[in-house]
Amino acid sequence: MKTNIALLRPAMLLALAIAALIALDFSFALAQKVNSDAPKKDKWDYAALAKVPEKARAKHNPFENDPDAPAAGGKLFEQHCAECHGKNAEGGKKGPSLLREQVQQATPGTLVWILTNGVVRRGMPVWSKLPEPERWQLVRYLQTLQSTPTLHPEVRH
Amino acid sequence: MMVEKATPQVKESRRVRRRARGGLIVCSFLLAALSALPARAQESPYIVTYDHYLEEPGNLEVEYFSTIGTQRGGNNFHAFWTEFEYGAKAWWTTEFYLDGQTTFHDSTLLTGFRWENRFRPLKQEHFINPVIYVEYEQISEADKIIKEVEGHDVESDHADPNSALRREHNHELEFKLLLSKSFKGWNVAVNPLATKNLSPNNPWEFGYAIGASRPLALKASPNRCNLCRENFIAGFEMYGGLGDAASFGLHDTSHYLAPALAWNFPSGWTLRLSPGFGLNDNSHRLLLRWGVSREFSGFGEMVGHLFGGRR
Repeated sequence: MKTNIALLRPAMLLALAIAALIALDFSFALAQKVNSDAPKKDKWDYAALAKVPEKARAKHNPFENDPDAPAAGGKLFEQHCAECHGKNAEGGKKGPSLLREQVQQATPGTLVWILTNGVVRRGMPVWSKLPEPERWQLVRYLQTLQSTPTLHPEVRH
Repeated sequence: MMVEKATPQVKESRRVRRRARGGLIVCSFLLAALSALPARAQESPYIVTYDHYLEEPGNLEVEYFSTIGTQRGGNNFHAFWTEFEYGAKAWWTTEFYLDGQTTFHDSTLLTGFRWENRFRPLKQEHFINPVIYVEYEQISEADKIIKEVEGHDVESDHADPNSALRREHNHELEFKLLLSKSFKGWNVAVNPLATKNLSPNNPWEFGYAIGASRPLALKASPNRCNLCRENFIAGFEMYGGLGDAASFGLHDTSHYLAPALAWNFPSGWTLRLSPGFGLNDNSHRLLLRWGVSREFSGFGEMVGHLFGGRR
């Protein structure tokens, strides 16, 4: 069957739209690179932590006294988080250090909220696909790590 | 301007250069895939339905799926497809498919390709999470992977021999709204779909897929293990056609119900199994599906480095 060119227009439009999206993405990356040439104290900020709703912050970790929770959380961290945040949570190219004061001093509820909702526009996916008990186990593990001092992160909007 | 006619030697040389360039690109991608680290994802058991979770940014998931289908009035078949799923952003996943099939006592052929994109419009989790799905596909009528059922798709569409079916080619645009929610370990997903065949005189066609799934355990065990209950996710899918713009409804449509199981290994591999049962006389009696996949982290970064990016 011959294809009618006029009817192929939606496909062309779709291809154009996606090409435009890719071009936008590249220009955004380029703009970020230009900005990154300025001297910087820390690549990451932790502003998302401050945006967590009060009700979510106040939640208690049901695994607070579970002796197996840090080990189970450590296993989950290795499987799902280490590729971005580093094997020892020290941070990497794709994700910030989780040893910083901002993370270590955050309430368990704050960290679970961040895990559940992600920081999608900054590259962190939502992790609600992990069942809630696993997210609490992960947080329990994170809070057993040694805190390191803050490096005065630059504020980005 | 004078155009010099290419001699056979020049043509041969160009062909060799083109092949070498193509080979280099393929080798580069393979190298990048091999250099990337395996990553473990919590994959759902769905084969037809989509939840709202996208690929992690920079990761590549390579998947192989297989469907063995019974066929009344024709030969049974084995349809197969390969997916390359890449997380371009945390809010955008792009995926390329290659489809093929073997019809028993007939022949084996590649049946086309698909390119799909999924976009997450909302920043956070909500009561229901929408994802917009857009796909372009160029496949022949011989395609039997039945990755979605739409319009008045029925079993008898696949009964003709491959030699007849492969002559017809479809260019289609497909749109889905992926609605999904996770609650107390359960995931529930609903995917209404609309398809437009870009060949003349074809109406919009509609279909649906719904699914529900849950891990066998909600709490992780402290030890690394293959057989821990949390590594298994069980559920079911139901999918079918809803007619087209000219005759919307359930008449002359096919529908399937399929239990589904995913086994996520700590090493990064996922196995899926899903026997689908036809729910009416227009449906194939059985579509036995299975698939294997592996996710590689840092693939985008490796490709970037191969093509001149800075470390």
